[in-house]
Amino acid sequence: MFDKEKVTQIKEAADNWENTVIAKTLAKAPEKKPEFKNSSDITVKRVYTPADVAELDYERDLSFPGEYPYTRGVQPTMYRGKSWTMRQYAGFATAEESNKRYKYLLEQGQTGLSVAFDLPTQIGYDSDHPLSEGEVGKVGVAIDSLKDMEILFDGIPLDKVSTSMTINAPASVLLAMYIAVAEKQGITPDKLSGTIQNDILKEYIARGTYIFPVEPSMRLITNIFEYCSSNVPKWNTISISGYHIREAGSSAAQEVAFTLADGIAYVEAAIKTGLDVDDFAPRLSFFFNAHNDLFEEVAKFRAARRLWAKIMKDRFKAKSPKSWMLRFHTQTGGSTLTAQQPDNNIVRVAIQTLAAVLGGTQSLHTNSKDEALALPTEDSVRIALRTQQIVDNESGVTETIDPLAGSYYVESLTTQIEDKAVEYIRKIDELGGAARAIERGYVQQEIQDSAYRYQMEIESGERVIVGMNKFKVSEEAPKGLLKVDPIVGELQVKKLAELRASRENAKVEAALEALRKAAQSEENLMPYIIEAVRTYGTLGEICGVLREVFGEYQQTVIL
Amino acid sequence: MDRPIRVIVAKPGLDGHDRGAKVVARALRDAGMEVIYTGLRQTPEQIVETAIQEDADCVAMSILSGAHNHLFPKVVRLLKEKGADDILVVGGGVIPEDDIPGLIEAGIAAIFTPGTPTSVTIDFIKSNIKRS
Repeated sequence: MFDKEKVTQIKEAADNWENTVIAKTLAKAPEKKPEFKNSSDITVKRVYTPADVAELDYERDLSFPGEYPYTRGVQPTMYRGKSWTMRQYAGFATAEESNKRYKYLLEQGQTGLSVAFDLPTQIGYDSDHPLSEGEVGKVGVAIDSLKDMEILFDGIPLDKVSTSMTINAPASVLLAMYIAVAEKQGITPDKLSGTIQNDILKEYIARGTYIFPVEPSMRLITNIFEYCSSNVPKWNTISISGYHIREAGSSAAQEVAFTLADGIAYVEAAIKTGLDVDDFAPRLSFFFNAHNDLFEEVAKFRAARRLWAKIMKDRFKAKSPKSWMLRFHTQTGGSTLTAQQPDNNIVRVAIQTLAAVLGGTQSLHTNSKDEALALPTEDSVRIALRTQQIVDNESGVTETIDPLAGSYYVESLTTQIEDKAVEYIRKIDELGGAARAIERGYVQQEIQDSAYRYQMEIESGERVIVGMNKFKVSEEAPKGLLKVDPIVGELQVKKLAELRASRENAKVEAALEALRKAAQSEENLMPYIIEAVRTYGTLGEICGVLREVFGEYQQTVIL
Repeated sequence: MDRPIRVIVAKPGLDGHDRGAKVVARALRDAGMEVIYTGLRQTPEQIVETAIQEDADCVAMSILSGAHNHLFPKVVRLLKEKGADDILVVGGGVIPEDDIPGLIEAGIAAIFTPGTPTSVTIDFIKSNIKRS
């Protein structure tokens, strides 16, 4: 971006400054650390100058918002046109309770829904399964059948809100239920907008709610791509997630690398089944974390956008600009919250919100201050939502697009994170792609090494976490935490028994049998799953049939 | 003591958050203990079976899903039933303060909540295992 001669002059001047002024200063007072490094293992320099971005070509590497390679954002007007979607992840106990929380959040100015399911639902077990004991309604809402889903969205017009569902292995079943609820509200699938997470590879890597082995899992995912491209065209069919990879302990650069490597695996799988890349790629979406190192995070988002655009255009020869765009949701970093002095978490979340917004996110969930202790209360969720609203309405950072562009530091970091991600992706390609690299434990090992290093830095005091290993106070146990009533489990089991007694069981069985046959063939399973859901076949019954046909994934245990 | 302390690090229930369990497992290993990590989705029965089979000195469990009140005590109860209540049981994860007294009462020797240095867990296990 700069004249060559000028850059040479600046370099000389910088060297001169280091050798004279800095050398003298350091002799008198050394800096706090011998080396400054960020999570991505990038050495952070004392100061950045045009010499650090001398290679940058504005039109090639940055361009304009809404233009390839989208470094500056995917929309031409970004937040000047429309704010990001404020979408708080919520759900607990029963469908009735969660429905109330959604209505509360919508009244408070939230603009999209985000459904948290309990673990049995996420792993395809009904609430009355022995493994569900103790888990029903705990980390999200329990959904066993269409009946629960009808209650969950009661009074919420599905053509007016967009709904994100954190559901992976059984994503096809929950999407089918959503389509069926809409039908009952008189809304056709083409009017529905929202997202299913549907990202199984990161479940194997980091999140743990897998069911089936890799191949049938990839088939279910590509079945959804195919079905939605003609029937639910506004639906984001996958949310390729770095969030959980980061929560598991990865660095920012690893988050980009492993997420995009997973993305590559999905694109390859879909192309292999005969889909045209431009038919499904525009509906791929991403999900990233936002941690506290503001500039590293902003650079991460920008690097991810630029790298994905290049991958789609060059590697997969996508022709539609919509296929090149990396659109993403962000959640602030759960693992950065402390159980100690939980009010401090509000400040952390505010910094992370800023990172996500300066990084150009399309939607955002802000964590609540009490989440290192329990599920958030209504009050703490409101503060979290207000944090987004303050950044949006009061801070001024939304007035111009990508305001950190051109910062020598941020541009240099963006390039370095991209380079590191490219290097990781090359290594994963060598191992035979993301699925193989995960089966061999490579990705998990890389993440665990980072996680362990991070923990040791905290314990040695090298990394300061305010209120946890420094600036401590003695505290009383926090009061008024949200508790899920253990009665939820019993209630849900009772509801299930009533359902099984009242539905037309012959119809359910016929639908499940048809699904079994389809699973054994090459057919797209979505229409069969939708049919089974309509008969009030339960999630556990549907996943049970698929478990019988597909088998279950065996975890690679890495330590 | 003629052999290193042997610890089963286990993830009971359906919870997939295993960062903490793995970090602790590694720290215990670096402190000279023998560590067997079970992987995810272990039933209390499986954990107890592993602990007995491996002749463990300690079972260290981690839950972040809120199912601790159900699953931790069940492991203690099953160990007792099998006559293996000389095995030290500790737990960790997102455990509300209010729940801790009940868990201790149920026989879990200690609960380590977020922010606990691994050295605290290591020292606790070293000084509380029951094997002579």
